[in-house]
Amino acid sequence: MTPHLHLWLIPVLPLIGAAINGFLGKKFSRPAVVSVALAFCGAAFAMALWIAAQFSSLPIPVLETFAPWLRAGSLHVDFAFYLDQLSLVMILVVTGVGFLIHIYSVGYMWEEGGFYRFFSYLNLFMFFMLTLVLAGNYLVMFIGWEGVGLASYLLIGFWFTKDSAASAGKKAFIVNRIGDFGFLIGLFLMIKHFGSLDFGQVFSSAASLPVETAGAGLLTSIGLLLMVGACGKSAQIPLYVWLPDAMEGPTPVSALIHAATMVTAGVYMVARSHVIFERAPIAMMVVSVIGTLTALFAATIGICQTDIKKVLAYSTVSQLGYMFMACGVGAFSMGIFHLMTHAFFKGLLFLAAGSVIHAVGGEQDMRKMGGLRSKIPWTFWTMTAATFAIAGFPPFAGFFSKDAILFQAFVSPYGSWLYWFIGVFTAFLTSFYMFRQWFMTFFGEYRGQEHPEEHVAPAGAAASHGHGGIHESPRVMLVPLVILAVLAVVGGWIGSERFGKFLSPAVGQVPSVAASESPAASLQASEEHVSEGLLTSVSILAAVLGFGLAWLLYHQRPQLPQEIAAALGGFYRAVANKYYVDQLYAILFVNPLIEGSRDILWHGVDQGVIDAAVNDSAEGAEHVSDSVRHMQSGNLRSYAGWVALGAAVAIAYMIWTGAR
Amino acid sequence: MLHLILFLGFGAACVAGAVNLLAQRHPINSALSLVVVMGALAGEYLLLGAEFVGAVQVIVYAGAIMVLFVFVIMLLNAGEEELTKGSRVALLFGVPGLVAGSLLVAWVLLHSNTGEVAVGALPGPPKAIARLLFHDFLLPFEVTSVLVLIAIIGAVVLAARPEPPQAKRES
Amino acid sequence: MVPLYYYLALSGILFACGVAGFLIKRNLITIFLSIELMLNGVNLSFVAFAAHWHQLSGQVFVFFVMVVAAAEAAVGLAIIISVFRTRQTLNVDQINLLKL
Repeated sequence: MTPHLHLWLIPVLPLIGAAINGFLGKKFSRPAVVSVALAFCGAAFAMALWIAAQFSSLPIPVLETFAPWLRAGSLHVDFAFYLDQLSLVMILVVTGVGFLIHIYSVGYMWEEGGFYRFFSYLNLFMFFMLTLVLAGNYLVMFIGWEGVGLASYLLIGFWFTKDSAASAGKKAFIVNRIGDFGFLIGLFLMIKHFGSLDFGQVFSSAASLPVETAGAGLLTSIGLLLMVGACGKSAQIPLYVWLPDAMEGPTPVSALIHAATMVTAGVYMVARSHVIFERAPIAMMVVSVIGTLTALFAATIGICQTDIKKVLAYSTVSQLGYMFMACGVGAFSMGIFHLMTHAFFKGLLFLAAGSVIHAVGGEQDMRKMGGLRSKIPWTFWTMTAATFAIAGFPPFAGFFSKDAILFQAFVSPYGSWLYWFIGVFTAFLTSFYMFRQWFMTFFGEYRGQEHPEEHVAPAGAAASHGHGGIHESPRVMLVPLVILAVLAVVGGWIGSERFGKFLSPAVGQVPSVAASESPAASLQASEEHVSEGLLTSVSILAAVLGFGLAWLLYHQRPQLPQEIAAALGGFYRAVANKYYVDQLYAILFVNPLIEGSRDILWHGVDQGVIDAAVNDSAEGAEHVSDSVRHMQSGNLRSYAGWVALGAAVAIAYMIWTGAR
Repeated sequence: MLHLILFLGFGAACVAGAVNLLAQRHPINSALSLVVVMGALAGEYLLLGAEFVGAVQVIVYAGAIMVLFVFVIMLLNAGEEELTKGSRVALLFGVPGLVAGSLLVAWVLLHSNTGEVAVGALPGPPKAIARLLFHDFLLPFEVTSVLVLIAIIGAVVLAARPEPPQAKRES
Repeated sequence: MVPLYYYLALSGILFACGVAGFLIKRNLITIFLSIELMLNGVNLSFVAFAAHWHQLSGQVFVFFVMVVAAAEAAVGLAIIISVFRTRQTLNVDQINLLKL
């Protein structure tokens, strides 16, 4: 007997909070706004925990239909919510990390304008994200998909009076839409060929189709189109360009949306659709290639960035690449594992960066930081934990997940040593640029202004509050940092095998396990154990080398980076300018579109055709009346002439028609 | 033969009067030419046998209406017509139009075969006309009498002098 | 014996002169005289056709035309008198207020 879990409550509770704060929040006091936001978000988290507690006794998977929706011919789509291992992991991550970030935001945004609006948007985002991960069919998932894009736009452009922020919000939304277009076409193909968007029906129909080894077929097309959507949402090549610009938003937004949850929606979607991907080898290859390349590409850009948040943005793109690499080689559960640990340490990194920015009065350029470790010790130690985690040092969380991915990439029938090699090199780069950031921020001499509170903050990040000097953040901001730091340390201790086994009913076995369960594999098993140990040591070595290089260049010999940059000249400039990709897109797509819009659509169609039609018809009426008005001149003789003419015409007509 | 000569004589008088009406500049000359036309027309009516109509033409038309016209002309004493430049459009369309129209009409008339009308073809003694007038055309008769009444009242009202406290008024 | 169309031609000439005067002349009274001329031409036409078809109603109709002409002349001249009182001129080009 299926218990009524009321899954729909989990997304709807934050929605209620968003509505209350959105409509009434302007009149509330700050504590009232905070209470509403935290209460509803916390309630969702509590519900997720309650479900997790009884999870083992539930008949998984649980499908709850909240309300009917579409009946279009043979297509039936309902508001349905679906609970299995995958969605459980996701709701725990989303509500848990989300709740911590809500608490942090209380402190971070306390002195900002639009306080109620921020919390309303945050709750709204939670609603959409939870709808996405709890959806029971692709269409409800799409609601969440679009909705998180909307929330992202609203939150990136939170300080909408700032041009760069508004443009960044637009860019995020538009690039996301390009991805969504691919997603939609994929959905249409599903409707046409499977007749449904329901997970159960789609996956069982897909499972009855053969594996498409011979070439591209229906499942490959669907997979590739879904991947287009994932590239947009999860910032992979070629649709990653919005994520660095999204750093214009407040730092809690960057932490929640652009690190822990929204950008992982693509990975979740690919993992959920694993049935389709596993039968489309070409699509799998595309996924892993894109993931690997993006990981490397973003890492190379990250090593030259000077803004503390931009480094983390490119790092996010890079780590997402790892997750897609995992999915592409068939290790979907490892991708989710890395998603979880990444949520912990990347969320922590962003929140700690926000704490640093808060401490130095709004400055985000790392070249103007330094020596902060004694002044903001709590921030320092939590960020250290996160940095070691992302670099992949054991026993921190990131080590387990990243290492598992690299191992699966090596042994999987879909993978190859090339993926592994690039992954290891990227791990080295990751370690390097993260420790570079660590050294530049916390060590050495303070290179910023003497009295930071007089500094005009670029993004209004809690800049001037009148207390002097560099100071630690308030406790409401530090507590989430500490909790996340603990998770960044212990989050991986569940181990990749147990995690993989837990998720396998939802996303399938990882390749190494699947291979080992076939009879011919027992001989390889022992070899694999040996190479697993070897591979692990190599990745640890890469992390240590990254640390060492950063120590050398940014702690021991700080003048060396300048010399190297000068020596590399144009190549360095290209990397520092992000390979000019934004400029390339501008030339290829944005400028032609703007010019085409302006010249063809605006001047040509709107002004030339539509306005002209209206204006010209009015002008025509004017001309006609202008010439006709001469008939009424007041000149009696012309009237007499018209009368005579009219009479003559009438008589002629009567004669012509033979009237009697 | 005599009929034709008489017709042409009266006809010439009509046309001459009509053309003179157009040619004269002072309205009194035009009015008097019109009297000549009406007289000649009365003659034409007699040729056709419409004796009562001819008599009424002279008495009413020439004798009352034209007198009224002459009274008004003399009352207003407006003088000769000024010569202002004519309209080029009228000349452009009018003259060819006139010529064309006349030619058309002439052609139609020459090709029609209507037969001849004898002198005194249809006698119109007062008795016969009265019978028609008061029998078959009684309603129009009564209506036109009302019309005349209205015209009288209207003329009196329209031409009435405005209120005394006006400054100089032309008499 | 005079063919019918002689009468019609005469009637047409009179009418044409009337129209010409109506369009060409500038004095208001002369225009009225032209209107009377037109009506006379039409009368002649009526009587000629009455004689041709041996129907007396043609002659009766001439009466009605005359009555109407009389009424119209009376009222029209009254109007001319008032116009003259206001505008001090009988030049029809200067009486041009009949417009919006």
